[in-house]
Amino acid sequence: MYQVATLAVVVLIGYYLFSNTVTNLHRQSIATGFHFLEREASFEIGESLIHYSAANNYARALLVGILNTIKVAFVGIVLTTLLGTFMGVARLSSNWLVSRLAAAYIEFFQDIPILLQLIFWYAVFYDSLPSPQNALEPLPGMFLCNRGLAFGIPEPHPAFRWITIAFLIGCVGVFFLRKWARKRQDRTGLAFPVFSTGAAILLGFPLIIWLVFGAPTAMDMPRLSGFNFTGGVNVSPEFTALLLGLVLYTAAFVAEIVRAGIQAVSKGQTEAAMSLGLKPWQTLNLVILPQSLRIIVPPLTSQMLNLTKNSSLAVAIGFPDFVSVANTTINQTGQAIEGVALIMAVYLIFSLVTSAFMNWYNKKIALIER
Amino acid sequence: MRLQKFWVWVSVAVMFLGAGVVNAGTLDDVKAKGFVQVGVNGQLAGFGIPDEKGEWKGLDVDTGRAVAAAVLGDIKKIKFVPLTAVQRFTALQSGEVDVLCRNATMTLSRDTSLGLDFAQVNYYDGQGFLVPKKMNIKSAKELDGATVCVLPGTTTEQNVADYFRSKNMKMKPVVIENNAELNKAFFAGRCDCLTSDASQLAGARSVAPNPADYIILPEIISKEPLAPAVRHGDNQWKDVVNYAVLAMIEAEELGITSKNVDEMLKSTNPSTQRFLGVVPGNGKALGLEENFAYNIVKQVGNYAEVFERNVGPKTPLALERGLNALWINGGLMYSPPFK
Repeated sequence: MYQVATLAVVVLIGYYLFSNTVTNLHRQSIATGFHFLEREASFEIGESLIHYSAANNYARALLVGILNTIKVAFVGIVLTTLLGTFMGVARLSSNWLVSRLAAAYIEFFQDIPILLQLIFWYAVFYDSLPSPQNALEPLPGMFLCNRGLAFGIPEPHPAFRWITIAFLIGCVGVFFLRKWARKRQDRTGLAFPVFSTGAAILLGFPLIIWLVFGAPTAMDMPRLSGFNFTGGVNVSPEFTALLLGLVLYTAAFVAEIVRAGIQAVSKGQTEAAMSLGLKPWQTLNLVILPQSLRIIVPPLTSQMLNLTKNSSLAVAIGFPDFVSVANTTINQTGQAIEGVALIMAVYLIFSLVTSAFMNWYNKKIALIER
Repeated sequence: MRLQKFWVWVSVAVMFLGAGVVNAGTLDDVKAKGFVQVGVNGQLAGFGIPDEKGEWKGLDVDTGRAVAAAVLGDIKKIKFVPLTAVQRFTALQSGEVDVLCRNATMTLSRDTSLGLDFAQVNYYDGQGFLVPKKMNIKSAKELDGATVCVLPGTTTEQNVADYFRSKNMKMKPVVIENNAELNKAFFAGRCDCLTSDASQLAGARSVAPNPADYIILPEIISKEPLAPAVRHGDNQWKDVVNYAVLAMIEAEELGITSKNVDEMLKSTNPSTQRFLGVVPGNGKALGLEENFAYNIVKQVGNYAEVFERNVGPKTPLALERGLNALWINGGLMYSPPFK
């Protein structure tokens, strides 16, 4: 009964807000609706994963922004997990110097606001690196300047499609190999060298395909033409600064979560594993981590959500993420409510998808009670 | 940045919650509360920026003061709200400010679908390019492939994309929301050129580490009539803002300055007598005191004084009158008669 009443009140408030907004907008003769999405965007975007020009419509411009946000969030989450785990383990190292360095890193990056870190890294890139005309060349064909990092990639060739397919088949193969090896070990007690066999499959398969296609080596190299490098791949200073800032900041928190997770596994477990004759890395890998992951994963999820949401600070340093593109759209069309609603919806979806995946993973590693 | 963004959200929230965002009666509201709330830039030298003593300076700031002088007879009865380009219209729509004097370009779509009304233009501007001298570029047509630093939330992003498209050239924008950060990135060499309204480029150059190292290219790629804006549908308030700006222009044409305005009260010129309220009529028609124009000229000055003080040749911006000269001197500044 109370629940029904509460629901009714919530719905009523929602209706009031909505109708009030529409009336207010109407009275001020401000345009409403999502028709603007089909209009020509007529502004350029600095970097894009898909083809985009000013002649495309607002919907595509916003899609470019969404993909840019996904790009930085995905790469950021992967790197953060790696760096955070490494730092968390290092924090517990018995080596005094390693553990103190990790502690210093964690304290330092945790305590400085993320926005300041982003602006700092961005300023480091544009202030300290030379102009394209005087670009540094750390490796042949790789150029570093204040327009970003430019390097060569292989030119398009039909072989690469087959190499990708071969690699994917290899991944599936290794997955089943690992399953089979587990079962065999359970049954017979014999260990199978999964790592070396797997690596051979993953690398060897594509390599054979490459050789079959006559080993194409043509490269698309960056060349200085006019103002900037063209050809190859260019990683912009905005993207690098944003990624670096987000990863270093979030990894400091992840490191603390990993450390806490490991310390939560009782010391007796380590001692028992050691006395069974397991090596330190085996102890960590087979005894400690499987138990601590259960403690680590839930707070880790919220750090990943934080990283995704913090990526919206990109507007401060000029990376064209979703918020940046949406801001321009709002300003050119004047439809702030629709724009803000889109921003909220997109971030809600990002967060729901991330936490759905992490919940699935959490369930998978959870203690199975028999 | 976060804090500034906060205002956009507040404004949106006001849209949701504010049952009575009123569209009419701003004049009465302002008289009742005793001060005018003016949305200004806050970061743009020559137009709206606080000086080292915290005193607001600029052409837009003085425009806001002219409104305060007209309505309340005192330029001190004013509150300035610094707004970013992205926030400004929402702040006006939602009633955060009474009038927006923030180098905003009047366009058809803003005048209509944004629910705004623009008053008399207080500065005729146009978008241009600022480049480092050492790049040896003489014309914007040589900018094919350039990286362009641009401020978001303005007509600028669209203009520059249009220009490059029409010339079949490529560009790469770097869009940074904070004006100061954007200028810093440009002066450090992140971009090949900075694009904005020519007046803003002059303002940016004046704060460069070495202003002489930069030049503004001759091409002006857009029309940017900068005008104060009010909410659509409040005709009385729009008239007040309109004639506050026009009064500064008319005063210049009549030869009335802040220095000689008291002597001018004794003038026998009927136009001057009507303008200063010696012969009454204008004030009552606008719903203001009869001496509103006197107050503007006495406390703020005529358009020439305001221009010279903020952006003229003797200031760091060093802008010529150009289009902003009086019509009798070949410019566009023209006021209808005050009668």
